[in-house]
Amino acid sequence: MYIDPHVHMVSRSTDDYVHMARAGCVAITEPAFWAGYDRSSPQGFFDYFRQLTESEPRRAAQYGIRHHTWLCINPKEAEDPVFAREVIALIPDFLKKENVLGIGEIGLNKNSRNEMEILEAHLQLASDHNLLVLVHTPHLEDKLKGTLLILDAIRRFPKLDPGRVLIDHVEEHTAKHVLDRGFWCGMTLYPDTKCTPQRAVDIIETYGSERIWMNSAGDWGHSDPIAVPKAQMEMRRRGHLESLVRQVTFGNPQRFLSQSGRFSAEPLRPTAPDITR
Amino acid sequence: MSEVPPNLNHSPMTRAQVVDAYFMEHRARLLDVAAFLDRIDRAGPGTDDFRMTAYRGAIALLLDGQPQRTRRMLELLSDPSTTPIAAAHVKGATGAHDPIGKAH
Repeated sequence: MYIDPHVHMVSRSTDDYVHMARAGCVAITEPAFWAGYDRSSPQGFFDYFRQLTESEPRRAAQYGIRHHTWLCINPKEAEDPVFAREVIALIPDFLKKENVLGIGEIGLNKNSRNEMEILEAHLQLASDHNLLVLVHTPHLEDKLKGTLLILDAIRRFPKLDPGRVLIDHVEEHTAKHVLDRGFWCGMTLYPDTKCTPQRAVDIIETYGSERIWMNSAGDWGHSDPIAVPKAQMEMRRRGHLESLVRQVTFGNPQRFLSQSGRFSAEPLRPTAPDITR
Repeated sequence: MSEVPPNLNHSPMTRAQVVDAYFMEHRARLLDVAAFLDRIDRAGPGTDDFRMTAYRGAIALLLDGQPQRTRRMLELLSDPSTTPIAAAHVKGATGAHDPIGKAH
């Protein structure tokens, strides 16, 4: 049994839901992200937020998987601050939806001034509404600098408790910075550009199993929606206790996400497709 | 601020078990590195761009005998600056820091 706390199912097939369910996935959380192209209007985000809060939970439920989501405009579309603020203005109405856990995945991409301005606007929204926050850290050569800028930015919002903020996509050079400041951290299991399952287990062996989880971040790119059970297998291969495997792939995400008051990993009987839609 | 507990750097496997479990996989990956460099040689004349300069520096780091190679290699490949850039002109990343900024 496991939770995948970061996966972009709008980009995945129903076959992926089948494989995830068979591998033991009982609950997922889906942050709002970049579609692979810039949307042409805030209305495009309105429709995307409806997909995340209405249609995707129904699709997941057909496979017995509980679906939750996070809302934002991704940093890759934050270079136009006027546009980004129009999208952010749409979010408060969607916060009433029962599967919305908080704001995410916000953060930085290329570490620009405009991205920082929009990151701070999201942090203000989270602070005002006392919401959980899921943070994307930049890719590859931009990750270390971006992570440090993000940690400093969050510190400027004293109402945001680090215990309610998860910094995602950590690797060996950023995990300790995140944990030392009291935040939670997520390791993304990617074939090439983030952590492999092996390296994620190395990080757990190096920095411990507190305030840490693993996710697939499966999306429209080169990614693996059943990466988390592969990491479970890697832990077992090395002789880690089953209690530790369960902690980092179920107990930890359940603990963090339950702070929202809306998260559930209770067994869900697969539902029939709604043929009226 | 909470500190990461010390003395966590531990594997449940013995040194021999790690080698038994992973040698063949990493022998293959090492050969992939060698084959990649040979492929570049076969591709004809030219000079390394910033990515390959960083790549060769990362290979040298592997042989320096110091611990925490993964963390140090990632730091070597990272942008060392500390302030936001004026504007993002691209969305992607190249995998290595470009010291003269052409990739950004």
